[in-house]
Amino acid sequence: MGWVKAFAVAAAIGMSGAVAPLTAQELKIGVMAQPSAMDPHFHNLTPNNSMLSHIFERLVETAADGKLKPGLATSWKTIDDTTWEFKLRPDVKWHNGSAFTADDVVFTFERAPNVPNSPSSFASAIKGKTIKKVDDLTVHISTAAPFPLMPNALSNVLIVSKAVGNGAKTEDYNSGKAAVGTGPYKFASYVPDDRVEVVRNDAYWGGKPQWEKITFRPIKAAPARVAALLSGDVDMIEDVPTTDIERLKKDDKLTIVQTVSRRVIYFHLDQARDVTPFIKGKDGAEIKNPLKDLRVRQALSKAINREAIVSRVMEGAAIPASQFLSEQFFGTSKQLKPVAYDPEGAKKLLEAAGYPNGFKMTMHGPNGRYTNDVKIIEAVAQMFTRIGVETTVETLPPAVFFSRASTGNKGEPEFSFILVGWSADTGETSGSLKPLVGTFDKEKGSGTANRGRYSNPDLDKLVEEALKTNDDAKRGEILAKASETAINDVAIIPVQYPLSTWALKKGLKYPGRADEYTIGSDVTR
Amino acid sequence: MLVTLLRRLMQSAFVVVAMSVIVFFGVHIVGDPVWLLVNPQADQADIEATIRALGLDRPIHEQYFHFVRGALAGDFGKSFTFGESALKVILQRMPATLELAIAAVVMAIIIGIPLGLYAGLKPQSPISKTIMAGSIVGFSLPTFWVGLMLIMVFAVMLGWLPSTGRGPTATYFGITSSAFTLEGLRHLMLPAINLALLKVSLVIRLTRAGTMEAVHQDYIKFARAKGLAPRRIVGVHLLKNILIPVVTVLGLEFGNLVAFSVVTETIFAWPGMGKLLINAIQSLDRPIVVAYLIMIVLLFVFINLVVDLLYSVLDPRVRLSDRAA
Repeated sequence: MGWVKAFAVAAAIGMSGAVAPLTAQELKIGVMAQPSAMDPHFHNLTPNNSMLSHIFERLVETAADGKLKPGLATSWKTIDDTTWEFKLRPDVKWHNGSAFTADDVVFTFERAPNVPNSPSSFASAIKGKTIKKVDDLTVHISTAAPFPLMPNALSNVLIVSKAVGNGAKTEDYNSGKAAVGTGPYKFASYVPDDRVEVVRNDAYWGGKPQWEKITFRPIKAAPARVAALLSGDVDMIEDVPTTDIERLKKDDKLTIVQTVSRRVIYFHLDQARDVTPFIKGKDGAEIKNPLKDLRVRQALSKAINREAIVSRVMEGAAIPASQFLSEQFFGTSKQLKPVAYDPEGAKKLLEAAGYPNGFKMTMHGPNGRYTNDVKIIEAVAQMFTRIGVETTVETLPPAVFFSRASTGNKGEPEFSFILVGWSADTGETSGSLKPLVGTFDKEKGSGTANRGRYSNPDLDKLVEEALKTNDDAKRGEILAKASETAINDVAIIPVQYPLSTWALKKGLKYPGRADEYTIGSDVTR
Repeated sequence: MLVTLLRRLMQSAFVVVAMSVIVFFGVHIVGDPVWLLVNPQADQADIEATIRALGLDRPIHEQYFHFVRGALAGDFGKSFTFGESALKVILQRMPATLELAIAAVVMAIIIGIPLGLYAGLKPQSPISKTIMAGSIVGFSLPTFWVGLMLIMVFAVMLGWLPSTGRGPTATYFGITSSAFTLEGLRHLMLPAINLALLKVSLVIRLTRAGTMEAVHQDYIKFARAKGLAPRRIVGVHLLKNILIPVVTVLGLEFGNLVAFSVVTETIFAWPGMGKLLINAIQSLDRPIVVAYLIMIVLLFVFINLVVDLLYSVLDPRVRLSDRAA
């Protein structure tokens, strides 16, 4: 009977370990994706930027609501049209005890765009900016033309130590040797695909951080992430699947946090080609591209029941979209409202445009890149078919979809009508207008993600003007006007702003973040 | 023996070359990894810089020859996603997968063979019928569903075992494994059971079929007539004769477990190679995919060799040189 006893003991040990009390000083977070490196300049992508925010800091930080706030810089201002002055925070220490100075900032500007093998570097944030050390706690950053978005651009770049980072490779950050920051937590361990551990930095300038240790565990499969929270293996998870939100809300051991993100899910329409490959007449014959007609674009926008998509497909975890960014963000228009669902009006517009019987269209989209992307495409295809635009759906793996949607047709976008999403990393509308609906232009770096090749010189002029205007109020007005111009011309068809959702054990609080980052330092009891 | 080895090496070299061509060009046709790697906010100049940095601006055949030159020197290129040597990235995750696969195979052997023997020796008993019914269930349930059920029951409802992830590791005799710590074993339990379920069923059926055939053979009858103890008849004479198919299948299944335990590793967030492979395929991280599959081909060649060696141990009539002919 010895083995029975052994089993009982093992089970008892097992049980005692399973439900950890919340008094622990350790916070465990189940995240959706793992960072690809511990080098803050290796890969400019959300999982890396979010995770490394615990160890490293930026000159300008982004508050939970998306507004900018002082980080390693205490204040910033323009001293002439093309130069910004940043005053650095005094008495900040690196994790190894040495002092943070302007030299580190200058070094970061040299290192960030030049990391070998970087799949996505920080060059775009640094490019065209000249940095000068004025004294130990002051730097001047100048550009050739006025650049009002300087603080926004710098709110993406994590500052590294010169003494430690000089000559350090990405491997040195991954091993922890060079992972020395100024942040509230210190690097403890990085096991790829398994966990990242950070421990409290007792010398942190912003006061003693809440947790002794934070462990991040990448759990990609959504049901497993939820199960890890329910079983108590983690205290908090990000990106709760929409199908589980209602159920978890009813669980009195959990708290759900939801915030509107900087992301918009929208349709891009081919507005460049005279004949577009995925639109045909009802009889299957080739027809002129109907999407070039404003009335057709308006009709398609009216045919979408955004409320239904939000309540049924997204199960409430979204807001109907009217423009590029939700209204509370900078540079949005108060005039624009979500286009009302009006299938009859849509039919009339189609008739007026010369398509009384509609046409045939194939809609493309990624499967698994955005929350419920396939379901949204299928729902909208049905709505279009109802007004006579017979729509078939083709969804593709993201890897295939994005390369074809960007360069599938001899270097040009291939599809006619696609579902995509966009997150404005600058937190204001120029970060959407220029890449999404600016005329595609390599020299100017505009229209980068303009997969519909929409082009409107008036709009380009407005955006260009906004990007030269240092006065915030004035720039906001111009951007609002630019948003109206683009939306009224149906340059894109916005559908919804997804809400980011976190689930935490009861008793933990988290201010949901607009940038979708999961920051353990912001979790409080 | 030596001829066999050489022949095997030649064969596997051919497979490796053919496979590298197919995978290399296949991944290239599927799509362009740049769009998933690069930050969406990057402008055209940045995107082009990334394309150049990854060497994707050159014609595909040039990229292939560049890869071959590197591979001959043992360098399979750098992972697009991690920027580190593809081989290093894969090897880093190998111990986690190996311990999972070994745990599953051990479970399959210690559960499957006794149950299969019993069911084969007493095919009419109700216990045997239960075992066989259970093995059908083990065969037919999809792995991902069983995995989620295991998590629901043992982690969420009962709270006995952790739901996901790998436990802390310890190092003994130069081997670092999470199976050496109690916490690590607890983490290992559910994913190993999930992986083992199918293999246990397989072993039960193979053992039972072999046993039912062997008990009617003359040598068993003779052993009985000679008055040998039943324990010795089953444990030595019978077992040795039915093990050949079991060893063959388990060997190949072990290779499969190491190479393609993608579903289990994904559901249990197990930091192994399977999860790496599926992520690499999804992000078109070509160096990882190619290096991975080359390693797997070599692994299977090696396993087949080991299986053949085991044959000759189990059955003295089998000689390696004969088999190669």
